[in-house]
Amino acid sequence: MTGANVDAGPLLEAADLRKSFGPTPALDGAGMRLWPGEVVAVMGPSGSGKSTLLHCLAGIIRPDSGTVLYRGAELSSLPDVARSELRRTDFGFVFQFGQLVPELTCLENVALPLRLGGMRRREAERSATEWLERLEVADVADKRPGETSGGQGQRVAVARALVTRPKVVFADEPTGALDSLNGERVMKLLVNVAKEANAAVVLVTHEARVAAYSDREVVVRDGKTRQVELAQ
Amino acid sequence: MSIGLTLLGLLETGPRHGYDLKRAYDEHFGQDRPLHYGQVYSTLSRLLRDGLVEVDGVEAGEGPERKRYAITAAGVTDVDEWLVTPERPEPYLHSTLYTKVVLALMSGRSAAEVLDVQRASHLETMRALTRRKLAGDLADQLICDHALFHLEADLRWLELTAARLDQLAEEVR
Repeated sequence: MTGANVDAGPLLEAADLRKSFGPTPALDGAGMRLWPGEVVAVMGPSGSGKSTLLHCLAGIIRPDSGTVLYRGAELSSLPDVARSELRRTDFGFVFQFGQLVPELTCLENVALPLRLGGMRRREAERSATEWLERLEVADVADKRPGETSGGQGQRVAVARALVTRPKVVFADEPTGALDSLNGERVMKLLVNVAKEANAAVVLVTHEARVAAYSDREVVVRDGKTRQVELAQ
Repeated sequence: MSIGLTLLGLLETGPRHGYDLKRAYDEHFGQDRPLHYGQVYSTLSRLLRDGLVEVDGVEAGEGPERKRYAITAAGVTDVDEWLVTPERPEPYLHSTLYTKVVLALMSGRSAAEVLDVQRASHLETMRALTRRKLAGDLADQLICDHALFHLEADLRWLELTAARLDQLAEEVR
């Protein structure tokens, strides 16, 4: 945490983002704000640019033009090393699948971000155990990801995303590979633990029932963002 | 939903007073729409007239109605039949939203705006249902899920229609 003036503004602020892969524009003037602790659903049909928007917000890819401010500082102009550091310390990630290291146990997977930050093994694993308990998957701590069910694996992934106490969790179709019941459980836990930890969540989804766990939605269509304010 | 058949179904678990029936109905099925006492007693007198319930006993006490009602064999038969008769699947062929989209396209207004505003409104309702579901018991979860899946179906239609607006515009203009 730095000065109060920084914390009073939006955590993330993206404006007029443009990004093309070859001749096709994936983002065509997209923008959004993310406030501390809020859960925002980014919705839209496949190919609308919602994942590209998430990747730009998280500093994973650089937009061709436009700005992304993280706590008032321009993310797109940071050197790669600084952006990687920020992703490790301030951001957490949950993807549809495949984000856990298959050779490590679930406990080691969750402890990994802490170990990469220089924390001692015992301390990192103690913290990881607590997060596995909060996500109700302490029983798979010693199993490898391949030995768990899809729902358990995603809850381990959520634990790993939150173990560093990030300011923002980026979740890209986190329930995309799960059945309804497991998807609901993952969403409920993800939103609950993020709120408890005061982490904001950017939730990319094409499913309305998943988006209904958010505080508000941003719709992406043809690379442009749209936010509708309903009259009260 | 048939209130008469629902009350009969509740009476299958044992005889009850009108007041108990209302409470049981409200607890399990009332959700946002509890029964009025008037509805309970008028329904019970109709069921009594039709021989589907009978008065099992009358107790002295407060209030005018202290009759205890029990279901009859004919009542049980009606409940049996009702439970295995499928509800008519709604064809949903008359949609105000579809009409609005077509009229917007015909008149050169923004049909995308019609869809966007509707999406926002649907999502707002879905959020309220999700909050209620998370705070509620299993019955609340099942009832809210039923509503959520229906609203989600509307939203899928909204998305598909949004993707076909150009095509639809050519057909209706």
